[in-house]
Amino acid sequence: MGVPQLEVRNVTLRFGGVTALKDVSFAVESGSIHTIIGPNGAGKTSLLNAISGLYRPQQGRILLAGEDITGLSPHARTRLGLARTFQNIALFKGMTVLDNLLIGRHTHQRCGIWKGGIYYGPGRQEEVAHRLAVEEIIDFLEIQHIRKKVVGTLAYGLQKRVELARALALEPKVLLLDEPMAGMNAEEKEDMARFVIDANEDRAMTVVMIEHDMGVVMDISSRVVVLNFGLKIGDGTPQEVKRDPHVQKAYLGQEDAAVAALEL
Amino acid sequence: MKDLDTFPKLLVATAARLGPRTALREKDLGIWQATTWRQYHDHVRDFSLGLLALGMQRGDKVAIIGDNRPEWVYAELGAQGAGGSSVGIYQDSNLNEVAYVIDHSDAIFVVAEDQEQVDKILDMIDKLPKVKNVIYSDPRGMRHYRHPALISFTAVEEMGRTLGRGQPHLWTESVAAGRADDVAIICYTSGTTGFPKGAMLTFRNLLTMAASLNQVDVKLPDDEFVSFLPLAWIGEQMMSLAIGLALGFTVNFPEEPATVMEDIREIGPDIMFAPPRIWENINSMVQVKIMDTSRAKRLVYELCMPVGYAIADLRFKKTPVPLRWRIAWRLADWLLFRALKDRLGLSNIRSCSTGGAALGPDVFRFFHALGVPLKQIYGQTEISGISCIHTDDDIQFHTVGRPIPGTELAISEQGEILSRSPSVFVGYYKDEAVTRETLAGGWLHSGDAGYLTEDGHLVVIDRIKDVMHLAGGAQFSPQYLENRLKFSPYVKEAVVIGKDRPYLTAMLCIDMGVVGKWAEKNKLGYTTYTDLSAKTEVYELLHQEVDRVNQTLPPAARIKKFVLLYKELDADDEELTRTRKVRRAFVEERYREVIAALYSAARRVPIDALIRFQDGKTARIQTTLQVRELEASPAGAG
Repeated sequence: MGVPQLEVRNVTLRFGGVTALKDVSFAVESGSIHTIIGPNGAGKTSLLNAISGLYRPQQGRILLAGEDITGLSPHARTRLGLARTFQNIALFKGMTVLDNLLIGRHTHQRCGIWKGGIYYGPGRQEEVAHRLAVEEIIDFLEIQHIRKKVVGTLAYGLQKRVELARALALEPKVLLLDEPMAGMNAEEKEDMARFVIDANEDRAMTVVMIEHDMGVVMDISSRVVVLNFGLKIGDGTPQEVKRDPHVQKAYLGQEDAAVAALEL
Repeated sequence: MKDLDTFPKLLVATAARLGPRTALREKDLGIWQATTWRQYHDHVRDFSLGLLALGMQRGDKVAIIGDNRPEWVYAELGAQGAGGSSVGIYQDSNLNEVAYVIDHSDAIFVVAEDQEQVDKILDMIDKLPKVKNVIYSDPRGMRHYRHPALISFTAVEEMGRTLGRGQPHLWTESVAAGRADDVAIICYTSGTTGFPKGAMLTFRNLLTMAASLNQVDVKLPDDEFVSFLPLAWIGEQMMSLAIGLALGFTVNFPEEPATVMEDIREIGPDIMFAPPRIWENINSMVQVKIMDTSRAKRLVYELCMPVGYAIADLRFKKTPVPLRWRIAWRLADWLLFRALKDRLGLSNIRSCSTGGAALGPDVFRFFHALGVPLKQIYGQTEISGISCIHTDDDIQFHTVGRPIPGTELAISEQGEILSRSPSVFVGYYKDEAVTRETLAGGWLHSGDAGYLTEDGHLVVIDRIKDVMHLAGGAQFSPQYLENRLKFSPYVKEAVVIGKDRPYLTAMLCIDMGVVGKWAEKNKLGYTTYTDLSAKTEVYELLHQEVDRVNQTLPPAARIKKFVLLYKELDADDEELTRTRKVRRAFVEERYREVIAALYSAARRVPIDALIRFQDGKTARIQTTLQVRELEASPAGAG
């Protein structure tokens, strides 16, 4: 075991008197799919926000490949290889899918306003290279048919897929997904699960995701972290977590029902 | 050219002649990537030698399944170059259909496009003892697959290159050993009853068809063609392989099935061949968009279309078009038709045809009004796809045209359409009894009832076994009625029942797109197909449509009652064949209760049904169907 790809070390996050996260620690090994589960208000999205840099924890540290990024702004973290999607889709709704993805390439843009503005020589070469990278992602996520459609006109499930596409366009080392399958039908969920696995395996991305669909969680996660009221109450393989009595108790308050829910 | 009597020989000759010119294009990563004739030839050569390296013998069969991609045709020509035959499988076939065709055809290699198709074959591999290798072209998602029979397309090509270096003359010799009477393809036709049958077509069959058809419907080497219908279908084999190789035009493969319409627009093909549903879709897409457009644009549409229709009608009647109409058409073309055709990708179209089923006169008129010279063709897989076609100056809606050169037509005493030509197949694979029956007396028995008009056009009525007798003793055809009903844009599928029954009834499937749009416009909320098809307003709408069809029919042939089905008929439920023909017996059995209600006094039918998805999951549908009765109207009789 080398240095974990991502490490959350003793993180505590408070909003005034409310403690959203209390001394949460866990490590994400490179190449794994790590899922965060827990009841509503457990602090899952707060944790993701702390990792991506939207929130600054009062205590504790966040390390990306061993490097302390606790003090860095979100865009600095992006440059180091962190990308995310949001629970409520955060795309440019008035722009086309293609333009949204090209914006995702921004951190990889080397030409400045002058070189890029004069569409000749290096500026042109770079533009072509970015378009190629974006087209590969379009192919990967099978969204060729909506390439030139305006995002706001697309169905919800497709918008979710476009948001994943934009995160992939950043070519991150760690992909943070906030409920990528929420509100989808069974078929869309299946597709999305396949894309997440493919991104993880084919594109060698470490995935940290929040997800409620237990079937998906148990199927595709290599490890599961369980939060309850800001506390980490479980951490292990899906099988271990499923058997953990603390998790069963906290998750639905009642053992049998909890087991039933997790068996789904 | 005499000795270019097989596909591989034609490919070798064309590659020598047109080397650096574009043979194929595939849209990949958003760009049309061209393959030259030289590259096309090299891929086929390498793959073919690769098959030999894997142990292929002359006469072996290679099954191919996947979307339309260059690898599909490389595999087909590669198999033929090694002295074998190719067997196309419809890419949306389910496990059992795939396994049946692979096993029945004795294929030893299966070329599968991607993970989805490989999964189907590996799931059934225990029942396919004859299969030696499964060759896949898209490695996506298959990194954990370790099955010993699996090998990638590029690996086979690499094996071929190695073999070719050791034996430089092997390819030339292998191609030269091919004969015109070798079986080129085995085309499995998913009949409306029983198991599919494998029609064996030789190079001679296919190439004479290509030459004969070209005499009456000219294709040129500079033409562009978009290949988007299943390559397992004879129609696509005719165009992309037989005629494509014979003439050397460019074949374009779309990016994904979902992008076909856009890809057609980008290519602007000169030639197009598609079944009626494609033309109907284009037509209804235009109607729907016109409903949605601005007032000014709608006005232009409403002004120009009558001009187009008027001229189309004059041409159909073979009346000379007066000068003022010609001028009016120029104007309408400039205002509307040109832009519309550009939108549809039909700007360059010169040769376009529809076949496989009847196309409504309204749709026909629509395309001719725009100046798109749509023609009907008729044929069977067993006659290499085509026996009759309209000629440019002689188009009649109700006919399928005249026989192509070299084809003889006759009508048997039972009213069956018979044909004879060098393109008639050599038989069904491993089914001599049916072959003898089909080719009895030296004629190909089509199984279709029809007649010839005075000017030599063929009119197709229906499948002979479906033609039924009404109380008055007159023959009547459910398919004829179904086509009339389907000519309504709101009707997607129709099944007419009445054999040995007191009166005629129909089960209709609404067209979700068009009816959905209509509902939206009329502020009618709905959730699913089932919900929409159960709305009283929708019943009213369809009631009018059926009534209108009834007015054109003799009283005895009118539909008395109808229901709207709660789901679309689906090939996955075995209700349709893969070419979307209704499997009548199966459907009548499945909807037994609905049919019983149509012949009782019931006004409603409660439904509690399970529907099955492609992956084996099921869902339960509970709903109530209305039974609508049409009043016998005295108007318009006869």
